[in-house]
This record gives sequence, structure tokens and C-alpha cells, in this order.
Amino acid sequence: MKKTIIIIGAGIAGMEAATFLGSMEHNVILLEKDQEPGGHLKNWQKLFPTLRYGKEILSFLQEGIKIAKVDLKCNAIINNITKNNNTFIVNYSHQQQEINIEADAILVTTGYDTFDATKKEEYGYGIYDNVITSADLEKIFTTGKPIITAKGDPPKKIGFVHCVGSRDEKVGHVYCSKVCCVTGVKQAIEIKELLPQCDVFCFYMDMRMYGMHFEAMYKKAQEEYGVTFIRGRVSEACENIDGSILIKVEDTLAARPLKMSVDLLVLLIGFVPSEGSKMVGNMLGLQTGVNGFYKTADQHALTNISNVPGVFFAGACTSPKTITNTITDARAAASTIARYLENNPIFQRKLT
Amino acid sequence: MSNFFGYQIHNDRQINFDNNDLYIIKYVDSLEPTLKTCISCGTCTATCTATQFTNFNLRKLITMLRRGENNIKEEINKCMLCGKCSLVCPRGVNTRNVILAIKKTINYFNL
Amino acid sequence: MKEEGKRKIWREYQKEIADDKYYYARSCIRQTFFPGSEAAFINILKKELNKDIFDSAQHTTCTGIAYHADVVPFETTMTVIARQFALMTEAGYENYVPSCITSFGLYTEVLETWKEFPEVEAKVREHLFKATKREFKKPANLAHASDVIFKHRHEITAKAKYKLINVKTGKPLRGVEHIGCHYAKMFPHKGVGGAEYPYVLAGMIQEWGGEVIDYPERRHCCGFGFRQYLVKANRGYSIACSKKKFEAMEPYKPDFILTNCPGCPMFFDRWQYAISEMEGKTYGENGQGIPVLTYEELAGLVLGYDPWILGLQVHQTPVEPLLDKMGIDYNPNAKFLGPNNEYLNKPIAPNFLKFY
Repeated sequence: MKKTIIIIGAGIAGMEAATFLGSMEHNVILLEKDQEPGGHLKNWQKLFPTLRYGKEILSFLQEGIKIAKVDLKCNAIINNITKNNNTFIVNYSHQQQEINIEADAILVTTGYDTFDATKKEEYGYGIYDNVITSADLEKIFTTGKPIITAKGDPPKKIGFVHCVGSRDEKVGHVYCSKVCCVTGVKQAIEIKELLPQCDVFCFYMDMRMYGMHFEAMYKKAQEEYGVTFIRGRVSEACENIDGSILIKVEDTLAARPLKMSVDLLVLLIGFVPSEGSKMVGNMLGLQTGVNGFYKTADQHALTNISNVPGVFFAGACTSPKTITNTITDARAAASTIARYLENNPIFQRKLT
Repeated sequence: MSNFFGYQIHNDRQINFDNNDLYIIKYVDSLEPTLKTCISCGTCTATCTATQFTNFNLRKLITMLRRGENNIKEEINKCMLCGKCSLVCPRGVNTRNVILAIKKTINYFNL
Repeated sequence: MKEEGKRKIWREYQKEIADDKYYYARSCIRQTFFPGSEAAFINILKKELNKDIFDSAQHTTCTGIAYHADVVPFETTMTVIARQFALMTEAGYENYVPSCITSFGLYTEVLETWKEFPEVEAKVREHLFKATKREFKKPANLAHASDVIFKHRHEITAKAKYKLINVKTGKPLRGVEHIGCHYAKMFPHKGVGGAEYPYVLAGMIQEWGGEVIDYPERRHCCGFGFRQYLVKANRGYSIACSKKKFEAMEPYKPDFILTNCPGCPMFFDRWQYAISEMEGKTYGENGQGIPVLTYEELAGLVLGYDPWILGLQVHQTPVEPLLDKMGIDYNPNAKFLGPNNEYLNKPIAPNFLKFY
């Protein structure tokens, strides 16, 4: 039987879940606050570990929602959501109109925000000109512009700082953001391809190369590109008189403090719960876990189910995820929602 | 340094990477390229015969060379060339050949 | 460098500083190293700013040096500090202004301890009463003396006779600012501007026309500590810390160093002499070294006080280059004259550091 499902957030998870639910002949309305779908995927040029173009995945996802006849509404702002017995009334503004839709289920795919690096005062982001984030660097990659220091020269040394805004009591985000280590290795390789004469240094606490082919990428970065990995967390960054950045770190494996000047310092920023998640969470009464991301009904087997019956999750709004995991999670959410909507007994399984 | 105040100015222990010359490690890398994939895990040092009874530490020595701290001439002679380190390296670094390469490098640069 | 980025952080670390009616607690050692500073502070507040400032003849050390040198236990320190508060209460004040930065850090630490552990505060009250029959109220506002000058910096500008501008070139004078470790490193929210980019001294320099230098070792400790410095054989460690800072600031060619702690200016001033004798190396132009000032001395110079009344003649690193750059009218011949114009004798000239 055809049901109406509203999906909030047209990022990777929202789009793929919409595609799968649409392909099951349900009426899917996909709401997006930006003027285009794709979320953060639009900001990544090449994806780890294969270094394939992110826009290929974006096209794949867009083709899906077209084939599945998903009703995508961009520039849509949700005003409020009210529960009405077994359904939800979603009130949103779109093209200067206010619209009410009654939905049988809601899928929340509000994703993540990147960590605001100005909060790590000791790294001087927003103060020293040659300190940038991994997101800033990726943007430079997408524009195809040359990588230059603030003064306009090609950098001879670039440093990457791991764990910025993650695994850090001081900024209130104690969890690991999962994808930053491999992003650092990816961007290090990309820099060496663009600027072979540039020396690249990565300052890490641990190298979290958990995924398939990640370890090979790490080895390749050392073997073929000569990237130097120094185990030690950067304590402070200062500006030299010529504008280059002086960093202080303990070379833990040498058991001695080390200082080094780099022309550009790239901060590998982590994921934090998004503002969109907070807003929708308040409207629907969704519980969050200890790290601020949405709490799922069970961490092993019910990761798409929320504390509100009829409201489901997919993607990074429940925890940091890779693009691969997000797509898988979205399809799982679609299947779960479909079983819920037909009152299938497999949906009645409980876990304590 | 003069000691007439009753104390001497302490030396700076900080590795000043900007001022260090990496010529030794670069030459060693050229003689044994697998060394570039070393991740300083310490498995070599854990099994090393010399480490059990002297302060010889291959992991530390290679890390120091990579930072440009080049005073390794005396240290490298403590290795017995038993080859145990090569058996256990997870990255497949030919560590025994690294030792021989370091000795060759010392001769090459007349250290 | 984006100044706006720093301003954003400064705005996050604002602190309450009382406007008037200050109870001033002097420093143990400050008056030995920089004899004119505390007198200058009291004069500036009383005469220039018409503030009510009181210092008690009965107050003692806060035991900061002894506590940090592990000679006095924390319980004793808390009780001595309680007595200081009792004196403040008895004199009818509630805004406590310590002159020493370590004191400030220690008072903050004690007040935070009492806030988190009220039973400890109750015990201290009991101890104080048993020992001295005194009772106290906690200060309504605790601010360091440099915070007070910072708060009134605009009023000082209004009465300024000189600016921090090089009269020959017309360019702003460039200053290195150095806050004492105990100011903000323990409790960043108790310091103006926080711990990473403190603003209390930078604000003064900028307000009075100068330019602040940010250099790589800006955050580094000067090496004073207490426990290592008190033992002569350990001073090599202390002097090495200051030397690291001098080496880092040298390329920026600072015109002066501004500090707000008793120990830090003592170190920066004296170590330049010690390093010059031990290694023959001087910083600054032509072997002159980099002049070191406390914030009261700088405020005093800006207001037109006589450098010799401010006590600048006892600085080992000569301050004359800065006085000349500012265009201050002073009498070089009066440098070693006492209050009745008697000649007090010149010190022996150092071997490398220029001496006036």
C-alpha cells in the first residue's frame, strides 16, 4: 500500500533512502534547506581510498531520485512538525508558500556540521593567515586554483594536524570523527601530486586506517610520495616573522620536543552534530546520545530507529560515517521504514 | 660557556627541524627504499638481541635519523647483525640491510 | 595576521574589574627589584585617577613563593590568605587588588577551592579565628593591579604626556608583551583575553599608541617558577627559558618588553646582563639590550613621571634608548642622585651590555 514519507535533508543518506523508498512505489517528499541536494558531498573533490571524483557519486545519487520519481524540494525550511495519532503533519515554507503535508513516517537525515576550528585557539585559525582547515583545502582542490600561501607563493612545506576538534576534552568532543585520518593521508597524497617539490608532514596521535585499502594508502603515501608521519599532537602554532607557521610538537617516538616551520598548516577538523539536527530534534523530541548525535534504539541492530515511533534515522546524524557507510545506512533505513509501514512482524523484534 | 655565576645555561633539547640536515637518511633511503614505509612500531627493537643488554634502540635510531639528528656512528656498531629484526617487521622493511646501509653511509660521508 | 580573529577571542574572555575602592596588597619582592613601581601605581590611582586605594600596614606575604616552593602547605597558605581578607574586611573594602601575579593566581586558586569545597572554607574560618580572633568576608571582586590599569587605560590616555611613538620616525613603538604564568594559564576565564591571546598588556600598548609583537615563543614561561630558581645550581634551567624567548624575539627588533609579574621583568632585565657576561651576546641594537618595563613604569612614563622617580635607574638593561625614542624629557645626570641630590655611586659597568 502506498504511503507518504517525508525525508528531512537531501544529503547522501537522504537521497539514497529516498531512491529506495521511491522504488518501492511510496510517495517520497525530500526536503532540503540548501538550494541544491548533496550536502557535504558537494564539497569533496576526490574521495578516499580510491581518489575517484565525488561528483560521480553525486550524479549516481541524483539519477536515483530521478528514476524513483522522488519529489525533491530545495530551499525548503521546516517550521514545525506535529504528531497526529499515527501520522505527522509537517509544516514547511517553500517558494513563499506555507505547506502542510501529512506523513506516515519521517526519515531524519540532517547530517553533520564541521568543527569550528576557531575554538582551538592555540592553532590560530582565523588569526594566522597560513592556518587553514581540511575543508578549506578541499575547496581549493575543487576550484582547481593553485595551492599558495597567504603571500601568494607555492608552499615548500605543509603540515597536517590530526584530531582537531575530536578526541578532545577541551572542546567538548571526546569521540573520534572516524574519517579525518584517512582524509589527511588522501590530501597529503593529493598535495604531493600537485606540488611534488613540497614536503608534507602529518602530526598524528594514532593513524586510524581501519577501512579496506586505507592501510595501503598510508603505505603508499610513505613509499611513493615521501610523506613524513610524526607521532605527536601539535600543542601550539605561532607565526614566524615571514608569515610561515611554527609548530611545537613532542616527537613522542623520539621522546623529545620538536619545532618546525611550515608554510601552510592544515587542520583536520572533525564532525559535530549539525544545527539542523538540533532544530529537528527539538521539534520531534528526539533523544541525543552522550556525544550530541541522535541516540538510536540499539547500537548494533536498530541503528535506524529513534525514540519516536514513526521517526527514523540514516547517515551522519547518528554518528560520523564514511560515504560508503552512509549509503549502506540509507538503504537499510529505507528497508526498515518499509517494514514498519506494512506492520511486518520482523519489525516487532525487540532488544534490551 | 662561562660558569662564574655558579650555573651554566642549559642546552635546548628541542629538535629544531628547520636547522637539521636530512642528508644521512636520504642516502640510507636511496640504498634501502623499504625503510620509507617504517611506522616506528618498535617490533624490531622488541626482538633485538642488542637491545636486551645495551641501550641500542633501532626504532629510536631510525626515528632520530629521520629528524636529522645524525650522531649515530657509535650506536650503529652495537648491532650484531643477527637479523631477528627483519623477521618481524610488519611493513616488510629489510631492517638488516638498513643497518648495513647506515654503515655504508657513515663511510660514504666520512663521519 | 588577522587582528579581528584575536578580537573575537578577546571578547570571549571578559572579566569583571571593580571601578573604585581598591584594597591593595603589595608584593614581597617587587619593591626590591623595582622600587618605584608600587608607589607609581598608588600615585596614578590616587592623583591621576582620583580613586580610593588603601594598603594596610599590617598585611603579610600571601606565602605564594613558599607554597610554590613546597615549603608551606596549602592549609597554612589558605589561613594566611584568610587573614589578608580579614584585614580587607576590617578596613571596609571588598575589591581586592594584589600587586603580584603569583599572588593573584594563588588568591584565585584559593577562592575556587573554597567555591568547590565549602567545608574547606569553613575549616579555614575556624583556624583563622582560633589563631587571630579575626573574621573575614570573601572579596566581591578580585582583580590584578594590571587589570586595574587596563580598565582605566582610556583615562590614562586622556592625561598622557607622551605616547608610545618613536618621535624621530613617527612610527608606533613595538612592544613584546609577557604575562605572568599565574595570570591566566590556570584559570583562563580569570584573565582578560584568556590564556592563548591575553589582552591585558596588549590592550595597554595599543591604547597608548604602540604596536604589539606576536612572536613564536610568546607563550613560553620566563623560567622563574620558584622551586628551581631558589637553588642556585638550578638557575641554568631558568636562564635557558628566558634565553629561548630572547632568541625568538630578536628578529622582530622590539623596542621594549612589557610584563605584569614581579618575577618576569626581574628575569628579563637581569638575565640579559647574565647572558651577556656568560656568552657575550646582547639583544637589541648596538649592545643596548631590550628595555624591560612593568606596567606601572610604562603607565608612569606615559603620564610624564620622572624616570628616576619611577626607579628606572636600577634596571640592569638600560632604559635610556626607550626614553630617547619616546622623546621623554629627563636628566641623565640625575640618574645616580639620591632624594637630597647626594651622589649614590655608580655601579660597575658590565662588559658587553651598554651602560649609561
